[in-house]
Amino acid sequence: MRKVIVLILAVVLVAAFYELGHRRSGSPKPASSQGNPAPEFSLAGLDGRPLSLADYRGKVVLLDFWATWCVPCRAEIPHFVEFQNKYREQGLQVVGISMDDGLKPVQEFYQQYKMNYPVALGTDKVAESYGGVLGLPVTFLIGRDGRIAAKYIGAAHMPVIEQKIQTLLQAN
Amino acid sequence: MTDLFKHLALILVLGLIAATAVAQPDELAPGSAQLINPEQMVNLLQLSSGKPLVLNIGPSLIFMQAHIPGAEFIGPTSDPQGMESLRRRVKNLPHNTFIVLYCGCCPWAHCPNVRPAYKELHKAGFSNVKVLYIVDNFGTDWVNKGYPTVRGQ
Repeated sequence: MRKVIVLILAVVLVAAFYELGHRRSGSPKPASSQGNPAPEFSLAGLDGRPLSLADYRGKVVLLDFWATWCVPCRAEIPHFVEFQNKYREQGLQVVGISMDDGLKPVQEFYQQYKMNYPVALGTDKVAESYGGVLGLPVTFLIGRDGRIAAKYIGAAHMPVIEQKIQTLLQAN
Repeated sequence: MTDLFKHLALILVLGLIAATAVAQPDELAPGSAQLINPEQMVNLLQLSSGKPLVLNIGPSLIFMQAHIPGAEFIGPTSDPQGMESLRRRVKNLPHNTFIVLYCGCCPWAHCPNVRPAYKELHKAGFSNVKVLYIVDNFGTDWVNKGYPTVRGQ
């Protein structure tokens, strides 16, 4: 009997070490999935003021990971500007997290594209907290309850996003 | 009438010549010899000798989250600073050095970094340069397939 217990303990320990080893390896954590609470973040906005997800609690948030050099991202921005105008009163907040390496191109882009929503420079930590942003664009829709309602990897189909926004705005 | 045909033929020929001169073939079009796919890259990483010099020419925030083991960070070569880093890195290397460039920031056709970097090395006389063909992005085509990665700068 004692041998069996020792054997079970050994198996459990090996499994635990294997799991720990795996978690320490280089791969990012599994992707944030639908229904999970959206990870909080606080970053410096382009205007220098803090930009936190918590500031928009109770709103529907479109969170866009993008970059100025990313062609599909650039194509999406005018749509997000339009969504911000169209659905602001109903409670939509678009938030951009730029994956650019420097602030200057983002500031210039912000002016050029007449962006009407807050943007901050991202960090690897924030990207990892959202399951890893290992290619752009990546767009999340977060419901009024603060949970991730949808994730779109790559150039998103705008009518699909807009439909989802409308659904989320109608939910209490 | 004959003159009209002659003129039309001349315009057509000139148009074709102009179109040929303007159209620049994409050296890194899918299927071209300069590309290697992720499976081939994984095999290269397992070689005990003759491994390529792997240079990451994408954005730092993606590199910090995950990159190919042994890859060196250069920076986005669509940016003058990144291009200068690439020039500095290869300046003293023999021109037959086996180099693999990779980015994976965005879908292949839209990547702003791989083509300028490849052209630069080609122009500098490097004869053994390959580019890792990442169809969608590094997450989808490398990380999610379970290929080896490390994190950090």
